[in-house]
Amino acid sequence: MAHCFRSLIMALGLLIGVVHAEETLVVASTTSTEQSGLFGWILPKFEQSTAIKVRVVAVGTGQALEIGRRGDADVLFVHDRTAEDKFVAEGYGSYRKDVMYNDFVFVGPKDDPAKIRNAASALNALKAIAGSGQAFISRGDKSGTHAAELRLWKEAGVDPKTLAGYKETGSGMGPTLNMAAAINGYTLSDRATWGAFKNRRDLDLVLAGDPVLFNPYGVIPVNPARHPHVKKEAAERFAQWLVSKEGQEAIAAFRADGQPVFFPNAKK
Amino acid sequence: MLATLSDALLLLGCFDHRLLEIVGLSLRVSLTALLIGALLGLPLGAWLAVAGFRGRGALIVALNALMGLPSVVVGVLVYLALSRSGPFGSQGLLFSPAAMIVAQSVLVVPLIAAVTRQIVEDAWREYAPEFSVIGIGRPQAVMLLLADCRFSLSVAMLAGLGRAMSEVGAVMIVGGNIDGYTRVMTTAIALETSKGDLALSIALGIVLMAIIFGLNVAAHYVRCWATRRYG
Repeated sequence: MAHCFRSLIMALGLLIGVVHAEETLVVASTTSTEQSGLFGWILPKFEQSTAIKVRVVAVGTGQALEIGRRGDADVLFVHDRTAEDKFVAEGYGSYRKDVMYNDFVFVGPKDDPAKIRNAASALNALKAIAGSGQAFISRGDKSGTHAAELRLWKEAGVDPKTLAGYKETGSGMGPTLNMAAAINGYTLSDRATWGAFKNRRDLDLVLAGDPVLFNPYGVIPVNPARHPHVKKEAAERFAQWLVSKEGQEAIAAFRADGQPVFFPNAKK
Repeated sequence: MLATLSDALLLLGCFDHRLLEIVGLSLRVSLTALLIGALLGLPLGAWLAVAGFRGRGALIVALNALMGLPSVVVGVLVYLALSRSGPFGSQGLLFSPAAMIVAQSVLVVPLIAAVTRQIVEDAWREYAPEFSVIGIGRPQAVMLLLADCRFSLSVAMLAGLGRAMSEVGAVMIVGGNIDGYTRVMTTAIALETSKGDLALSIALGIVLMAIIFGLNVAAHYVRCWATRRYG
């Protein structure tokens, strides 16, 4: 049955010319790396030096980890350190390596009604937003950004679910920014997606720079012991290239909206 | 809005290579799904139109209901089936155009079958006495009715094509919207919207509408030509 099914699909695929034979690698990654244009910048360089074709599935970190858990990707490139360590500890990933970081930024109305532009810390900013009753748009999608946001609320000692202005979009960074722009609310974004985002309307970057807003990205090859079909060598080469001198320099040279948004930090 | 329209014309006008690739994949995936939908849906609908068995009514209701099958639900089901941890996982079809064809076929088959069933059943009611007089059996009658209703059935095909080309929920999940590999018109529009580039989204939407319109115009002329030629 399964064999017939495969033959049928392959035959159809050949018929319409969509089956390729070259070596390919499936990378499950986040919307921030794809939508900021980072992949469009670094992948051609990787593909040229290794002759491996990379296919990126860009989703939230939570979903990317789930794709890895099911064995549907060969390597992950994500940003939620706690969840990543759990993924490796459970045996789904071979190891995790630091690749780069960017930071989260508070985005909000230009006139800043909650007055967080001069807040002493990110936690104070959240408390001010909570106290002001202003709208705060949350990802609500178990992404890396959502996990970071929930961690910050917890540290600030505020339960966001009790706030009248707290809205969860359950979607990616882009749709969340679209909603924040539409209702002129605050949100937490990674710097790269904000940098490449076009529909800003009255939104502005209102607060950044607190060390708690640090946002590290790691690369994790999916464990071949758990999923024997994964492309072990290609995944390994991808992970090694990202942390190599060449990969790190490519990341450092990337610009979104004229600004550097990702900073390489692989350990030597 | 004017600027958006000119964007769309510019996109079409300069025949951007990547746009052509995306349009090409949309057409390949949806037309293949339509072909599968027709190969399975037409016989299924025609058989159901003339068959008599216990539970036929329930099957017709179920088939009609499946016309409203949410594409995102199909996406999740096909995802689970084709995932490496699913029953067809060993084939490695997830995140490929083949997976998108499977998902769109699942959406199109019930639609074509349900509409075909109604059209053929109406014709069957009309001709059944004559068929029995000249001694034509049901299997042969089904073939005759399908041929006779071909112009009405072409609308079922166009509805199927529209359903396949316009859906985004299923192909996004099972295709993964991979740049240069599984990105089609609808997922590209969703992506540009999420990047906040609303003008480009609308421009792509206009291009997609133009393609669907073009296909319908082509179908219309084929039908006119066939009517003149074969009556």
